Amino acid sequence: MGDWTGYLLLILDGAWVTVRLTVMGCALALVVAFIAGLGRIAPWAPVRWLATAYIEIFRGTSIFVQLFWIYFVLPLTGVALTPMQAGVLALGLNVGAYGAEVVRGAILAVPRDQYEATVALNLTGWQRLRHVILPQALPLMLPTFGNNAIELLKATAVVSLISLSDMTFQAQIVRSQTGNTILPFVTILVIYFALSLLIAAIMGRIERRVTRGLDGVR
Amino acid sequence: MIVHQFNAAGSKARQDLDDAPIIRIHDLRKSFGSLTVIDGLSFEVHRGEKLALIGPSGSGKTTILRMLMTLETISGGRIEVCGEPLYHMSRNGAEVPADEAHLHEMRRHIGMVFQHFNLFPHKSVIDNITLAPMLTQGVARADAERQARELLEMVGLADKEASMPSQLSGGQKQRVAIARALALKPEIMLFDEVTSALDPELVEEVLEVMKRLAAETDMTMLLVTHEMGFAREFADRVLFFDRGRICEQGTPEQIFTNPAQDRTRTFLRKIIAAGHRV
Repeated sequence: MGDWTGYLLLILDGAWVTVRLTVMGCALALVVAFIAGLGRIAPWAPVRWLATAYIEIFRGTSIFVQLFWIYFVLPLTGVALTPMQAGVLALGLNVGAYGAEVVRGAILAVPRDQYEATVALNLTGWQRLRHVILPQALPLMLPTFGNNAIELLKATAVVSLISLSDMTFQAQIVRSQTGNTILPFVTILVIYFALSLLIAAIMGRIERRVTRGLDGVR
Repeated sequence: MIVHQFNAAGSKARQDLDDAPIIRIHDLRKSFGSLTVIDGLSFEVHRGEKLALIGPSGSGKTTILRMLMTLETISGGRIEVCGEPLYHMSRNGAEVPADEAHLHEMRRHIGMVFQHFNLFPHKSVIDNITLAPMLTQGVARADAERQARELLEMVGLADKEASMPSQLSGGQKQRVAIARALALKPEIMLFDEVTSALDPELVEEVLEVMKRLAAETDMTMLLVTHEMGFAREFADRVLFFDRGRICEQGTPEQIFTNPAQDRTRTFLRKIIAAGHRV
């Protein structure tokens, strides 16, 4: 059992990689979701087409394929990424495509009345969005964003395919070195679950914050 | 006055400008798909005039206000506000459809109060009122808040500045909405069935505010309403709409006591039968 501490540290090393991928992937996904989501409802047709194309391609193909393209095909065009960069990019772009639809849906769910009031008050397009529409759309996005973040955490395991030693990858190593199947897999099951609980708790906090003052409205 | 003494010609020009209609609508058309809502409508509104637009639902009254507020596009014809075309602009000497910048410029003349208040639920009463002056006119927060308090005082809600809209009654919400529209100091105010969504006992408090407004300011006001008693008291001129056209117009006295058209009479009879006061 003494050896097990060493193996556990190995898995924790992998957990750290998983956490970094999740945090950076979520940050990228969030930015991309807003850009593409707003792009989908932009007043300029070419922007809408571009956003739609991105969303459909990244929702319509597997994240494995996307990761392989970013890690193996992109270098052929002269853009070489480290496994970590490729992983973050694939995860962020994939989950960002789902997030974009969440952003779009939430903005369209804000009652038309509100938009009309901003026109009557002569706000500019950006002011309408920034001060009236987004503050009301954000609370609608958050529950789904929470789901997306947890999906992203679970999807991080695919990066083991491009030789990044995330938690799942390390568990496989431990299993092959020790011949013990139960312990490593129970360990990562618990850690994944703890991480997703953590994400849920953080999202809950943010949700309470942004919906403050809106009680009785929805 | 000083101008008058020293420059009679300039004063005359100034006088003409004041007499020119503040709103001029010519051969206006609006259709939604195959449904024609406004059909070759023309009328003018003079500065300071209080106009009541009445008529059966679907007669196009609200659509006219919405077109003036640029919430709908027009299908044909022309609207001029303060001497300038609303939906047209000149570029290189030619008249072209207005772009967003032109609409933004023109909207400064006009304010609107909606049937369903449309307050911003995530902002307090005072923030609802100060938002637009601060963003669109560059008013400093302190000045915007001072003005907002004066307006709240005027609509009788001085104690509600920190409340959220969800904590207010319908009548209070509508009074805040009026204060919010007034904060931008528009020359023209549009009131679209502002008491229709209110419980009967809350109607009076909103009408009181509007009466005071009509009496104390020289703002041009266009009012779409089903409150005939109020229209009669409030308006200088009443336009009766039917099927996208003005069927009859005149002073409240003419329209309500001695309408010339059968359709006006029928409409007023139905309204009275439905329990509205005339």
